[in-house]
Amino acid sequence: MTNARDRLFAEAAKRILMTDGAFGTEIQNWKLAEADYAGDLGLTHDQKGNNDILALTKPEVPRIITESYLKAGSDIVSTNTFSANKISQADYGAEALVREINVASARIARECADAFEAADGRPRFVAGAIGPTNKTLSLSPDVNDPGFREIDFDYLKDVYREQVDALIEGGADFILIETVFDTLNAKAGVMAVIEAGEALGREVPIMLSMTLTDLSGRNLSGHTVEAFWHAVRHARPVTIGLNCSFGAEQLRPHVATLSKLCDTLIMVYPNAGLPNELGAYDEAPVTTAGLVRDWAEQRQVNILGGCCGSTPAHIRAIAEAVAGLPPRPLPVSPVQTRLAGLEPFTMAA
Amino acid sequence: MTNPTPIFVNVGERTNVTGSAKFKKLIMAGDYTAAVEIARDQVENGAQVIDVNMDEGLLDAHHAMTTFLKLIQAEPDIARVPVMVDSSKWDVIEAGLKCVSGKPIVNSISMKEGEAQFLSHARKCMAYGAAVVVMAFDEVGQADTKDRKVEICERAYKLLTGIGFPPEDIIFDPNVFAVATGIEEHDNYAVDFIEACREIKARCPHVHISGGLSNLSFSFRGNEPVRRAMHSVFLYHAIPAGMDMGIVNAGQLDVYDAIDPELRTACEDVILNRDPGAGERLVALAERFRGTDAVAEKAAQEWRGFEVRKRLEYALVKGIDAYVVEDTEEMRQAMDRPIEVIEGPLMDGMNVVGDLFGSGKMFLPQVVKSARVMKKAVAHLLPYIEAAKEPGAKGKGKVVMATVKGDVHDIGKNIVGVVLQCNGFEVVDLGVMVPWTKILEAANENDADMIGLSGLITPSLDEMVTVAEEMQRAGMAMPLLIGGATTSKVHTALRIAPAYKGPVVHVLDASRAVGVATTLVSDTQRDAYVDKIADEYEAVRRAREGKGQSELIPIEQARANGFKADFAIKPPAPVQPGLHVFDDWDLSDLREVIDWTPFFRSWELAGNFPAILDDAVVGESARSLYEDAQAMLDTIVAEKWLTARGVAALWPCRREGDDVVVSGDDGETRFPFLRQQIAKREGRPNMCLADFIDPAGDWIGGFAVGIHGIDDHIARFKAGHDDYQDILLKALADRFAEAFAERLHQHVRTTLWGYAAGEQLDNEALIREQYRGIRPAPGYPACPDHSAKPMLFELLGASAKVGLTLTESFAMLPTAAVSGFYFGHPDASYFGVARVGRDQLEDYAVRRGVDLRLAERWLRPNLD
Repeated sequence: MTNARDRLFAEAAKRILMTDGAFGTEIQNWKLAEADYAGDLGLTHDQKGNNDILALTKPEVPRIITESYLKAGSDIVSTNTFSANKISQADYGAEALVREINVASARIARECADAFEAADGRPRFVAGAIGPTNKTLSLSPDVNDPGFREIDFDYLKDVYREQVDALIEGGADFILIETVFDTLNAKAGVMAVIEAGEALGREVPIMLSMTLTDLSGRNLSGHTVEAFWHAVRHARPVTIGLNCSFGAEQLRPHVATLSKLCDTLIMVYPNAGLPNELGAYDEAPVTTAGLVRDWAEQRQVNILGGCCGSTPAHIRAIAEAVAGLPPRPLPVSPVQTRLAGLEPFTMAA
Repeated sequence: MTNPTPIFVNVGERTNVTGSAKFKKLIMAGDYTAAVEIARDQVENGAQVIDVNMDEGLLDAHHAMTTFLKLIQAEPDIARVPVMVDSSKWDVIEAGLKCVSGKPIVNSISMKEGEAQFLSHARKCMAYGAAVVVMAFDEVGQADTKDRKVEICERAYKLLTGIGFPPEDIIFDPNVFAVATGIEEHDNYAVDFIEACREIKARCPHVHISGGLSNLSFSFRGNEPVRRAMHSVFLYHAIPAGMDMGIVNAGQLDVYDAIDPELRTACEDVILNRDPGAGERLVALAERFRGTDAVAEKAAQEWRGFEVRKRLEYALVKGIDAYVVEDTEEMRQAMDRPIEVIEGPLMDGMNVVGDLFGSGKMFLPQVVKSARVMKKAVAHLLPYIEAAKEPGAKGKGKVVMATVKGDVHDIGKNIVGVVLQCNGFEVVDLGVMVPWTKILEAANENDADMIGLSGLITPSLDEMVTVAEEMQRAGMAMPLLIGGATTSKVHTALRIAPAYKGPVVHVLDASRAVGVATTLVSDTQRDAYVDKIADEYEAVRRAREGKGQSELIPIEQARANGFKADFAIKPPAPVQPGLHVFDDWDLSDLREVIDWTPFFRSWELAGNFPAILDDAVVGESARSLYEDAQAMLDTIVAEKWLTARGVAALWPCRREGDDVVVSGDDGETRFPFLRQQIAKREGRPNMCLADFIDPAGDWIGGFAVGIHGIDDHIARFKAGHDDYQDILLKALADRFAEAFAERLHQHVRTTLWGYAAGEQLDNEALIREQYRGIRPAPGYPACPDHSAKPMLFELLGASAKVGLTLTESFAMLPTAAVSGFYFGHPDASYFGVARVGRDQLEDYAVRRGVDLRLAERWLRPNLD
């Protein structure tokens, strides 16, 4: 059993797996100065806040954070590459470094994961993370011109492709298309991964994670979780789920919906509650763990983790809370024609 | 969750430049705004998928496709349905796929240019995440015969599944070609299609079959009635053969049974290729139909030529009351005795209606229309029957029906009454708020075969038990039927059946009423049925006894585990506190926010609005009902039949334990609320509405709205024996009341209280209650005690200010009314109190200041 898809499903059949928590809030704790970010790359823009570039300029930071998640119990670690794409890096004048950042980040995660796997024999996985970028294919930024788009599908696909190729080169097992606020962006990402796989001559397994922007359970482009599933099921994702959005409490009904629906692994990594009035996340690890344990008890999830505001302590608390609970069995989906606009449409087939 | 699976999917075709001249004109002129409206209309009218096609020689199809798709993506009420990206050019399709998210359908790909290109396109469709229409077209050409269609589709199926294409995402279009063209080779085209459907479905598991209908009737361009009839007849045969999708204009299909029989037969002969002369016959016949606006009109002239017996049957089945009096009179003169008209032709016609209803070919709204015709006919005959001093018609049986004392709701009861009458029962309807004395009296006087009780509010459940007890005391033995929204098999088994030794049967809905009543008057089936029901109810009782109900915790413990609201985020004091009276809220404004789904449910048409209008089974019936409702709404608004009166108030208050103490104009009023007592999982609170109120001082609201003025119109409809309009108006008044409550709540949130001043919600969001704050109503799950209503009404001055009153069971008058509280806390949410314990009951009685037995009666639905 050599490919990552099969290995992940084999592990997930045994127990509930853990992914990691947030990078951003952890990096803040390092109180890094601009010079720490910029290193000696000679970039002209201010690099402060360009978390992803640390893989090149201060690689011990993402390395230590990744290790701390592995110590806390993560089976999967993601690369610190949420914004390591040409569109987002252009804000820092660092778009020429996209390949380097992704290769370096994936190597860090790979080395950490391999070291932990070698130490205790438990399989570890690397998810190459690609964020949504700050552009959207489905919405117009100009209220007076609803047909206008800042970018098009092929451009975004190319942006993603560059990142995907580099993440695979650096050793990522999966490509994690996360924080999907625009379903069409995600479809461009899926296309980029499919094409990357065709070029490599093997399947590159995909993880998909949607983010909700309202409590009724839709993302920014307006898709319900069920419509989202219909829209991306062709990617044969190894995991589907939700991240970011709100805290675990608010995600509950939507996790239940996905869990019933999807014939693949469910991965959910919510924020540590809702931000407080200062914009900080202060949900205690034990609270988050208690909330997500509910899902585990109802056998609704296969992989758990954290997003904004979560720390290694959250991951440890969740891992302990769900230890020994059986993982969600995969439902057998009936053969149906699943179409979707913003809402799902199903026909018996 | 997932939409109900349709049997036949209508793909809207009006956003197709090759199918709609109007759309084409707008796109050619660059008027995309108006073009988007066409898409919207189409979805609103029930298209389940919208086909977008820009294949026009003078158009930059690539640009038009992407522009239009991007624009409709910005419209949530259009973009909610899947798109069919339709072009004969692959590059246009691919450009389209890059603009639509969700999962669209590609229309179409084929093997026309060979296998390599076919598979390359198919792989792209898979990578974009799209289902695909595959034309039955290969290197040789389009498939025309059955064998070619099957051969090409099977070959395509094997190729596609060979590359991992999901079979359920394949939709074959085996080519609908024109028939009756005068060319002999074309005569069998429709048969070829229909037979190919069957074979393709058998050989290619999971696929769908689609087709564009307009080709079929190409020879009859300009003759819409004939084209529509051909399409309907074609679908009538193709759907059972496996066609499950079509590019059709749903509004332009006729109901198969409603097509002029001569035309229908001619179409059938052509489509099924029954004989060589079929085409010519249809062409000849077609001229007669040309120019008739609608087939219905043609049919209207046609059926007037039938012999009178048939005319009566036709009028009953179609629900047409225009000629029923003259036809009945003609019939009466032809018969020896007037009673024979009822027992003969009229009952025969109603039997046809009953059979159609029973077999699912007619739906409730149509049946009620039929009953209207019947009643008018009977009303015409009655004076003659009485003059002849003849005994009344002997029906299948006699049912005394009533809405019980304290309750005023009668839509459901009236529907059941109508359905029973349609099936030969004589119904003695005692109306609403009927005390048990009158029910028993009427049953005896009329020598009834059974009694039917109805009620909507929970106190009516108790009243039904009372009726049962009194029937027992009076030594009656006739069956007692129980129905209405809050009634249930469990309650009937547990509480009503034990009170009465005669048969007691809970009737779930109107469609079951006939079956139950018929069985109960049958000499042969009655006893077995009564035994069976008794056994069933005994089983229910045993199950309840044996079943460990969820555990209750002591009320003190439940209170300790109450919901801890964060009062730092409670809403501010209202912008406009105090009482606000609205004497005449604009009906056309309320009309905008009507939630239609419950309207259809009240007519026993299941499905969500607007999808229900296009439902393969009830769609036609729903559309017709909806049209009638819209027409009546037009009149209601234009002639101001109804007046929406309401009051809303915002008062300072504080929480004391589980009570909320409200400071009104005349001092303080204490509202005790009930708390959930079911043992909860760790971390889940035992909710009580009082939890949302700050003990340190807070605000609460109350409201009561009602729709006035219905009585005169109902009286008029009753006089005209028009149950259909009667029920329709009542159902619409209910919708108005609900819409008023929703609108007023919005006004409170945004303006009067003002804590959500910037709220922007469309109607769907309103219906889904995607706003902050709640408006729980006494008698509903969060505060199940109806007896809070008198206190609330008193505080609101509801009776004096807006003319709303209460019955002894706390039902509101006028019937179309809603009242409740406003809670503004962001965490306020709806919940159900469910079962409460003796300890809370006793405590509640003290807090309410009433004796225990009264409190027990009020809370009975929530007690063990």
